[in-house]
Amino acid sequence: MAGGMTYTAVDSTSLSTAEIYGKALVELGRAHPEVVALTADLAKSTKIGEFQKEFPDRFFNVGIAEQNLFGVSAGMARAGLVPFLSCFSQFASLRAADQLSTDLCYQNVNAKVIATHSGTSFGQAGSTHHAITDLAVTRSMPNLTVICPADGVETYNAVMAAYETPGPFYIRINRGFDRVLYKDSDYGFQIGKAVTVNEGTDLTIIACGSCVFQAVQAADFLEKSDGLKIRVLDMHTIKPIDREAIVKAVMDTRRIITVEDHNVLGGLGSAVAEVVVESGKGCAFKKLGIPDKFAPIGLHEDIMAELGIDANGIIAAVREVMKADFELDDDWDDEV
Amino acid sequence: MPLTKQEWLQLEKKAHELRRLTLDTTYWAGSAHIGGGLSVLDIMTVLYHKYMNIKVEDPKWEDRDRFILSKGHAGVSYAATLCDYGFNDVELLKTFNLSGSKMGMHLDSNKVVGVDASTGSLGHGMSIAVGTALAARLQGKDYKTFVVLGDGECDEGSNWEAAMSAVHYKITNMISFVDRNKCMIDGRTEDVMNLEPFCAKWEAFGFIVKEIDGNNIKELCEAIDFAYENKTDKPVMIVANTLKGCGIDFIEDDYLWHYGAFDDDKYERGKKALDESYQKRIARVEKEAE
Repeated sequence: MAGGMTYTAVDSTSLSTAEIYGKALVELGRAHPEVVALTADLAKSTKIGEFQKEFPDRFFNVGIAEQNLFGVSAGMARAGLVPFLSCFSQFASLRAADQLSTDLCYQNVNAKVIATHSGTSFGQAGSTHHAITDLAVTRSMPNLTVICPADGVETYNAVMAAYETPGPFYIRINRGFDRVLYKDSDYGFQIGKAVTVNEGTDLTIIACGSCVFQAVQAADFLEKSDGLKIRVLDMHTIKPIDREAIVKAVMDTRRIITVEDHNVLGGLGSAVAEVVVESGKGCAFKKLGIPDKFAPIGLHEDIMAELGIDANGIIAAVREVMKADFELDDDWDDEV
Repeated sequence: MPLTKQEWLQLEKKAHELRRLTLDTTYWAGSAHIGGGLSVLDIMTVLYHKYMNIKVEDPKWEDRDRFILSKGHAGVSYAATLCDYGFNDVELLKTFNLSGSKMGMHLDSNKVVGVDASTGSLGHGMSIAVGTALAARLQGKDYKTFVVLGDGECDEGSNWEAAMSAVHYKITNMISFVDRNKCMIDGRTEDVMNLEPFCAKWEAFGFIVKEIDGNNIKELCEAIDFAYENKTDKPVMIVANTLKGCGIDFIEDDYLWHYGAFDDDKYERGKKALDESYQKRIARVEKEAE
């Protein structure tokens, strides 16, 4: 990882996640002259204005033209620059999907997409500005690393790790402030390795993005109220997914709930389910997310509550899954 | 770089050889996008054999001129051009389009040496070209980026996003072409989706437009020389009026030959047609060269 400054909880309570990204980008820009920043009329919204101020010659605003944004970035990457391109997740993953797939992933260029306003975080804007399919779309694109950081501090880590790792990246971050999960950035973030943010043996919650904080709150509550020991995994990297951590969760806890601010089809839950099924080991399993419908309009926290992907919804799901039957013996061989 | 008669004759000879190789490749493959492959071929011949600053022994030389075939389906003649140039073994053409080959109908920049961008999905090339041109400017390099669009391809809105940005960023180290063969899969371009007034559209976007006969080596060289000498801050677009299937009379200007197969009979007739076309072109050089 790039040896930059250490971000702390203080930073991430005073700065939105995108602002932390903006600062990380400036830090990268100072250290690496080949880093350039691009956007599609969303410099303000994606908080890369600081980079623009400090490096006006290395900043490109292509206007409201996402397809061109991705194509230009691919050309720059092929010529040796390291473009960080930012626009809303919905447009990065759908409007420019062909360019993302063909120009960035197929050509396997060293370009980093920072897709903002992900999930339902721009809740009041409605479904045109919610990104509920981007994980499904992007994780099926070969060569692409897909990351959904849990908070601002993890966003910083993901951005730095993306610079250090050749190849195309898709990092989806939220609009506005994220609840603070990590006290500082020095917790050993590694691409493709889930972070165990709460240890437990009764059930594992595998979450990404803003749902990780909610899962930790649920786990704390359930320990106090129900005496349950809930493992919480921050599965920040959707691809390549941490298969080892998932299989270990199956073996250790035999109950898994996935939580994501995304359609339950094709995203984190599907990625985890694929690993579970391929492991040949059975477990009780539930996916929480957006139930294959367009999400309602409202504040992000209200939408999360309505969809049952906040702490209360997770608590209810844990109690339900704890009732599920599964084979109690310790003999896994007969289930393979 | 004014074109001498000797150069013109050499370029005609090279274009003829590449047309033959394109026909051979189509025959070996069974079928290919030969129509658009032949219409664009004079542009590629002139660029690769007169203008482009490239090193066959160092295909990824960072100061090389870039060539982006936005109409990636013309891969059959692009492949012939790159193999003939020495970037890849000419024998590779015998595997074109075949299972297991690294050379499919749309060339992969990570598999085929000398390809600067993987294209095929239309409307991507000019954006990529704007990116490499901006990168060259930022890095203080003086290489040029050449990009060739198809005319049917210009139906894709993304081209116009790219065009707007090329003008906005004053991209004069990019030289653009449209292979205006007036044919697309389903018919004549003007019947399927009217492009006219085509040159005026590019001019309205802010390009300097040179409209030429894109199957005339001399006119191509004059247009490219004009682009090299451009001292304005506007990019140059060369609208190259071409013939689909140029050189093989029985497929020329026929949209049904967007993609087609050559059996033994057609192959023999095709070779003969190319020879006759070449003789006519040589005669034109003799007549027109100063």
